[in-house]
Amino acid sequence: MIEKRYVARSPAIAARGLGNETMVMSASSSTLFTLDEVATVIWEAADGATTIEEIVTKKVCEHYDITPEVALKDAEILVEELAEHGLLLLSEEPIPQSSISPMVSP
Amino acid sequence: MATLADPTQRSAVIVEIGGLPIRFRSDDPSFRRLIEKRYAGYVSASGEASFDFKIELAPPGIESGDEDLSVRWDSGRWLMERGDFRAEFNPSTACGRIEQSINPYSFDSVLRIVHTLLLARRGGFLLHASSAIRNGRAFLFSGVSGAGKTTMARLAPPDAALLTDEISYVTRPDGQYFAVGTPFFGELARVGENLRAPIECVYLLAKGLENKIEPIARAEAVRGLLGNILFFARDAEFVKLVFDAAFEFVSRVPVRRLTFVPDARIWELVV
Repeated sequence: MIEKRYVARSPAIAARGLGNETMVMSASSSTLFTLDEVATVIWEAADGATTIEEIVTKKVCEHYDITPEVALKDAEILVEELAEHGLLLLSEEPIPQSSISPMVSP
Repeated sequence: MATLADPTQRSAVIVEIGGLPIRFRSDDPSFRRLIEKRYAGYVSASGEASFDFKIELAPPGIESGDEDLSVRWDSGRWLMERGDFRAEFNPSTACGRIEQSINPYSFDSVLRIVHTLLLARRGGFLLHASSAIRNGRAFLFSGVSGAGKTTMARLAPPDAALLTDEISYVTRPDGQYFAVGTPFFGELARVGENLRAPIECVYLLAKGLENKIEPIARAEAVRGLLGNILFFARDAEFVKLVFDAAFEFVSRVPVRRLTFVPDARIWELVV
């Protein structure tokens, strides 16, 4: 069983929305990532107070034709990868707002 | 812009690029002459500078420029280190210090880094691109090494003023983007003309079998631009400044893909 985990945008990034996509750059490595529409939904919902499971249920499955199991698996892979690059923070506890990068308008 | 006092002008050289005059003080007259010669066309005789660096020369030799570069923010100053130099710059005092051998390449590297730091706060940047002014407008040709930057510069018609074949200098003095000449050159080994003009277009270069210009999506333009902007500092605030500068630029200046056959006809297409 997958552990309950909270996810938050790292403060050590720069990000901007472009249409349905989001471009994110790591401050530590300067690596640039482009998040597609679904990844952008997860990114925007990563507020530190919501778990990955809740994001998938409320933000992804309600708006996209995808089963919760597949969506959760894809979301886990995505957040793990983004966390590895320092773009997302993962925690078993809620993550304080002060540790989170604010959303920037396109 | 505030200028710094000038107590030791005779032992200093002021290099002004993009409207940012930097005084470099050195006790070694041969090194000062070397700077004056290398940056001819960009040496200011006014005596006024906005920034001041003291250069300490070490004996030439053992250190290498091949080591990894480190640029980091520490205790209110930028620290820049590579095998062949150590430098620091305090933006609050507008003063800095460079320790290097008499090697001009070390000095050139520090100069480029310092300008990336100064430009970031002003919404500008240095871009891997050749650039030229024609009919009062600036055109930039951007790409990685081998993409054709120097080729585009070589093919420029006689009425085009070449700003650089390697590193383009993008400034935003009053909300409008300008390209400015630089002394930073590549294979052409020629200092760019010290001129500036509003930027008409940035072309992302690709070599091909025919000449064509294609529009590209904003996301691709941002990616192309960020891939070619020089930034050395691994600092969160600095990265955000550069990232925002690229987005801002793309929202105001056309960025297109230019596929070209390397002959002079390409200039008929771009201008």
